[in-house]
Amino acid sequence: MNPRGYIAVGVGVLLIGLLAWGVMRSLERLAGVESVPERVVLEPSTPPPGVPRITATLFYGSADGDALVAVRREVALADGTVPQAREILQAQLQGAPAPYASVIPEGTALRAFYTTERGDAFVDLSPEVSARHPGGSSTELLTVFAIVNAVTANLPTIQRVQILIEGREVDTLAGHVDLRRPLERDFSVVREER
Amino acid sequence: MASLLLSALLLVALLHAQSPPPGAPLTLVSRDGRRPIPTTVVNGQELIALDDVAALFQVAVREDTLVGGMTVIYRGRTIVVSADRPMASVNGRVITLPAPPVRSGRRWLVPLEFLPRALAPLLDTRIDLRRPSRLVIVGDVVVPRVTARIDAAGPPTRVTIEIAPATPARVTREGNRVVTRIDADALDIGLPGDGAGLVDAFRPGDQPTTLFVVLDERAGATRFAPTDVGGVTRIAIEVAAAGPDAAAPPAAAAPPPPEPAVPLLLNTSPSVLQTIVIDPGHGGGDVGVHGSGGVEEKQITLQVARRLRTLIEMRLGVRVILTRDDDRSVSLDDRAAAANNSKADLFLSLHLNASPVAAISGAEVFHLRLDREGEDARRAAQTEAVSLPVLGGATRTIDVIQWDLAQARHVDRSATLATVLEEALRGANVAMAARPRQEAPLRVLTSVNMPAALIEMGYLTNTGQERRVRSDEFQNAVAQGIYDGVLRFRAYLEEQRP
Repeated sequence: MNPRGYIAVGVGVLLIGLLAWGVMRSLERLAGVESVPERVVLEPSTPPPGVPRITATLFYGSADGDALVAVRREVALADGTVPQAREILQAQLQGAPAPYASVIPEGTALRAFYTTERGDAFVDLSPEVSARHPGGSSTELLTVFAIVNAVTANLPTIQRVQILIEGREVDTLAGHVDLRRPLERDFSVVREER
Repeated sequence: MASLLLSALLLVALLHAQSPPPGAPLTLVSRDGRRPIPTTVVNGQELIALDDVAALFQVAVREDTLVGGMTVIYRGRTIVVSADRPMASVNGRVITLPAPPVRSGRRWLVPLEFLPRALAPLLDTRIDLRRPSRLVIVGDVVVPRVTARIDAAGPPTRVTIEIAPATPARVTREGNRVVTRIDADALDIGLPGDGAGLVDAFRPGDQPTTLFVVLDERAGATRFAPTDVGGVTRIAIEVAAAGPDAAAPPAAAAPPPPEPAVPLLLNTSPSVLQTIVIDPGHGGGDVGVHGSGGVEEKQITLQVARRLRTLIEMRLGVRVILTRDDDRSVSLDDRAAAANNSKADLFLSLHLNASPVAAISGAEVFHLRLDREGEDARRAAQTEAVSLPVLGGATRTIDVIQWDLAQARHVDRSATLATVLEEALRGANVAMAARPRQEAPLRVLTSVNMPAALIEMGYLTNTGQERRVRSDEFQNAVAQGIYDGVLRFRAYLEEQRP
């Protein structure tokens, strides 16, 4: 194949990818999976101009600390589930925009993200997520489900998420929420912003 | 002449070195009774004279000029000690001593450790040296360790006496004293220096096996509840304040009990609640939440757990087990195992919360939420039972459920437990958070094979609440609220009983 042929195929693949992504998002809305109240916030951490972007749903602590709030934010568009999940998680791990409360310890970084054929995803985080966690069942729940929900709400092919620390399975982050198995999304801790 | 001079010098040095004098004399406790043992302190080492050993234990002691030492003889067996060497030979076996024997004139003095290390194997009997309580226990005698503490100054003042190993004891109120008579040969007593609230002091009794809790003049009625748990006899004592007619004799001046409706002891048999496990969260190196004012979650969870234990033992006569009764690290699996192995009927885990938002405060009650795997395990548990052949050709049916999903079969009752706990805490004026009852996949609850709930008593990240959680008022209110919840849950279980 000549170079023009390669370019044509490459553009074709990209277009199909974008189309698939768009169809999945639309189906998801039609199916009513996303019943979470959302707000769109534009923040300085959004991708630089010129980079294609999508709107994703991220989860932050509510201003009163009682629950998670779903917030629409723009993140860089990536090709495929795994690269897109990485973009979404990297945005999710950053501090919360005002007026929300940050429920993920500062300095927590994404080490790896991978999926299985069963629809389980593994989010491998740096040790700060546990070492700097303030503790308490309520905040630990918000930390865990901000991450689990950010993946499952935006990537409908992923049903469950297991959090790892430095590549290893862990019992809990700070002694409360059971992380030994993959967790399904939990929107009971998400509420509409008052 | 030279040796006489040396002996004289040694004696002077010895007398000089005797300050500070030893504390109370040692007491030897054996089947034959109690006898004092004189001791001498030389260079910080407490010594006993071999002459006294000979008289007390009926052994022969002879100076052995050949080796420059002493020989202790009993039924043809020997101990040889020599001057300046911190050791002894017992029937040819060498044992070490913390210091060499000292010769003082014609007397030979040996460190106290000589008794358990050298004399015990010679006599082929047990000799137990308990320095803190100044006891030397010889042979097969019962000398339990008895400790006391004040759990709550109150009023009501709550006191716990622990006897280890478990030993029968009788508790009576005699005038302004609560007297505990323990069925033992002697007691190894460790008592707190001061009383608190309506308790003035703890004292060894007039007999060697009694203990006095001396009450304040404001003290009214007292209640006691002895229980045997995990090889320890625990006596919970509650002292109420005297009523307005305090001039009457203490027994008559008893105020009405705080909850007249609650029976002191359960008469229903067998009770639906026989054993309750209380799990004070965190401990040891795991401090849990650390408040900005310095309060650590692990301290408060243990304090409230002890108060709750006293309350439940006192008023319900139910066995209470704590997953930890001191400041140590216990894994989440070990906590669940403690509950499962004791076949407890209820599991209550106590915690304190944290939030990035400083304003949030109040208590929350959690019960387990099952995921799909847990739901599968629950259905399986309802339908599957395994028949195993047993000796004699019969079969026995046993339920099989995965250890890490043991809670699956109890989720409905645990949800009820959480509901009644929330109501009862509110009723006891414990401030509740905005989401007072929650369902969550909490690790410590998944493996317990009984109804279970986790109570976050308040937020240590809220400065006002951090100050309050240390107070008697807060801790008593939480303990009372949980206790009321346990009562309501017991009523629910009794309704459910076929």
